[in-house]
Amino acid sequence: MERIPVLKMGDFLLVTVQADMQDRLAMSLQDDITSRLSKYKSRGVLIDISALDIVDSFIARMIANIAAMSRILDAQTVVVGMQPAVAITLVELGLNLPGVLTALNVERGMELLRASSSAGEGAGVNSDRFED
Amino acid sequence: MPVRLEEDVVRVRQATRVAALACGLSLVDQTKIVTAASELARNTLVHGLGGAVTIDSVEASGRKGVRLTFEDNGPGIPDLNLALRDGYTTGGGLGLGLSGAKRLCNEFHLDSKAGEGTRVTITRWK
Repeated sequence: MERIPVLKMGDFLLVTVQADMQDRLAMSLQDDITSRLSKYKSRGVLIDISALDIVDSFIARMIANIAAMSRILDAQTVVVGMQPAVAITLVELGLNLPGVLTALNVERGMELLRASSSAGEGAGVNSDRFED
Repeated sequence: MPVRLEEDVVRVRQATRVAALACGLSLVDQTKIVTAASELARNTLVHGLGGAVTIDSVEASGRKGVRLTFEDNGPGIPDLNLALRDGYTTGGGLGLGLSGAKRLCNEFHLDSKAGEGTRVTITRWK
């Protein structure tokens, strides 16, 4: 079966979502990310959605689910590369991706992940992560 | 075109994009109608147990537009007002498919009879 590659890059996971994704593929991505997170003990997930020309409520739910699962597994999720037309449409659709960090591109997204993972180090349990 | 399989949802998105481009919709308007098409195609598949969509180019008083009609013979929607409310869901989703699709287009018509099926027509004008 077709799958979206989940790449390990140091402490983080890198996912590039391709266009024209079927719902089934989005569902398997959630499973793949959570199993990789626990296998590699990753501190963050970067999801590049620049190839997506739409984000509907199903894909938005997938992103929100990945962010929620990652948080429980002590990892931060950053979504990068959202096209402006997609952002406008998402907001009009009524979706604002609560709890999901976003960045304009991969570079800024990586900076954000590095900053949040080094901020968590030495602080013990990050209690604010459970307050959502 | 049929909406019977998950692949069909992707095909509906692609066909809607082609039609929206052909009638000269802006990128943002294309994105809106394609997103609405995706929501409604999934509804037809999941709630309507499969159906069909027709995609038409329309013209009225010099304006061009894209019109999509989704039809199914599924169980129908017993309470239209409730189904259009943000956050109401029977499918375990976010409850924004129908209400969100309505916000993303210029015209929205919903006909449904319990036990007979559902027809949703949306239009986005240039």
